[in-house]
Amino acid sequence: MEFFISLWEALPSELQYLIWTLIKIVVIVAPMMLAVAYFTYAERKIIGYMQVRIGPNRVGPKGWLQPIADALKLMFKEIVIPANANKLLFLIAPAITLGPALAAWAVFPFDEKLVLADINAGLLYILALTSIGVYGVIIAGWASNSKYAFLGAMRSAAQIVSYEIAMGFALVGVLVAAGSLNLGEIIKAQQGGFFSWFWLPLLPLFGVYVISGVAETNRAPFDVAEGESEIVAGFHVEYSGMTFAVFFLAEYANIILISALTAVMFMGGWLSPFQGWPVLGALFDWVPGFVWLVIKTGFFMFLFLWLRATFPRYRYDQIMRLGWKVFIPITIVWIAVVGLAVVYQVPWWFD
Amino acid sequence: MKVLTNYFKSLFLLELFRGLSVTGRYLFRKKFTVMYPEEKAPVSPRFRGLHALRRYPSGEERCIACKLCEATCPALAITIEAEPRDDGSRRTTRYDIDLFKCIYCGYCQEACPVDAIVETRIYEYHFENRGENIMTKEKLLAVGDKHEAQLAADIEAQANYR
Repeated sequence: MEFFISLWEALPSELQYLIWTLIKIVVIVAPMMLAVAYFTYAERKIIGYMQVRIGPNRVGPKGWLQPIADALKLMFKEIVIPANANKLLFLIAPAITLGPALAAWAVFPFDEKLVLADINAGLLYILALTSIGVYGVIIAGWASNSKYAFLGAMRSAAQIVSYEIAMGFALVGVLVAAGSLNLGEIIKAQQGGFFSWFWLPLLPLFGVYVISGVAETNRAPFDVAEGESEIVAGFHVEYSGMTFAVFFLAEYANIILISALTAVMFMGGWLSPFQGWPVLGALFDWVPGFVWLVIKTGFFMFLFLWLRATFPRYRYDQIMRLGWKVFIPITIVWIAVVGLAVVYQVPWWFD
Repeated sequence: MKVLTNYFKSLFLLELFRGLSVTGRYLFRKKFTVMYPEEKAPVSPRFRGLHALRRYPSGEERCIACKLCEATCPALAITIEAEPRDDGSRRTTRYDIDLFKCIYCGYCQEACPVDAIVETRIYEYHFENRGENIMTKEKLLAVGDKHEAQLAADIEAQANYR
């Protein structure tokens, strides 16, 4: 043991820092991957239950090993690269989609002190990274050299870009209300129990953010980019094996990210919903903040599945109409309202 | 006014929330899935599965090679060749059903004047080699012999409705 400690101290401090950071990254990414795997399982189970079926239940007890079996199957499958496809871009596209979905977790506050990189422009960083994801989709669609893939990519690009604006505006409202771009600060600005969180004063922005989040991740009812019925699978028709699995991972990692961000922006992150309440507040004081965060994130993840099980797909022009003619006006109006409330220090939230 | 209520409804997603409440309720509904290999759904006496040729209790085969089944078969799945047997009775020398052609309509069973060709309740069977999809006379008779009790009971149960 002492040998290892002395070995560690012999390392130059830069290297120590690098190793520490790498360890932290692994500690965040490994549970993320596990969460993604079991989120797919949860999706199949929950949608099954909503359709009065029981979902996967054969692999392992109650189907618990189903995601492992799926992953193994995908790993052993052949990666087919279509003729005339741009090989480099074709293979790099899945990585571009997955990378930002994981990198965004770097500034995510899991608890009061539990942040990998507590940077002040955290919100900006997250906005920037989630926007990069769309490049993976466009590149995948273009590099596949396939009409369906290209159509899917075009649709997805138009959709993501449109909803990015509404989403960005919704977050502008949050940062006006919180007065900071640092995610930890945003959470701290929501101190004081369930009704002090931003979802209430920013209710329209909250709705816009959640719905835009669904559209951003190309999930039902906004899944025209995938469009199983008309363009087979959209931008990833030509992908097989592990390359497809990476797209799949990215989609689900994005859902978890958006859910977690919604929890942070509008639902008080790691704050207890009973904070500062008589009796209940003291009763739930011992629950660590991380648990609250997981519960809130889990609720929004469930909402994604619930929406998918309930709604048919939007028509393309309706998606565009909703994004441009409904969400953007709503967010702009409400940003003005929030701005006034902050300037005149409207009590309860902004005083 | 109608425009206004519609506007209100769509802006506040009222109909969408109603949809969510429906699926939300279904999440807790009792599930009726039959765990297939362990559990099986009940089968009707009218079930039309794998074919069989039956015999009389004496052991004599029922089929008299009238070829009504061959004639009525909409999928042309049945092929029959017939010759007088040594004792002078008319019998099939060949009775083939191509299960790839067969559409399991049950017309052969209805056409048969002597209840010889029947469709059994058997629905779990498969082929591993080419040619196994042709049910020859021997195979059909073997199926019939094996399940005679069940077949007789099913026909008895349906006798009033034929």
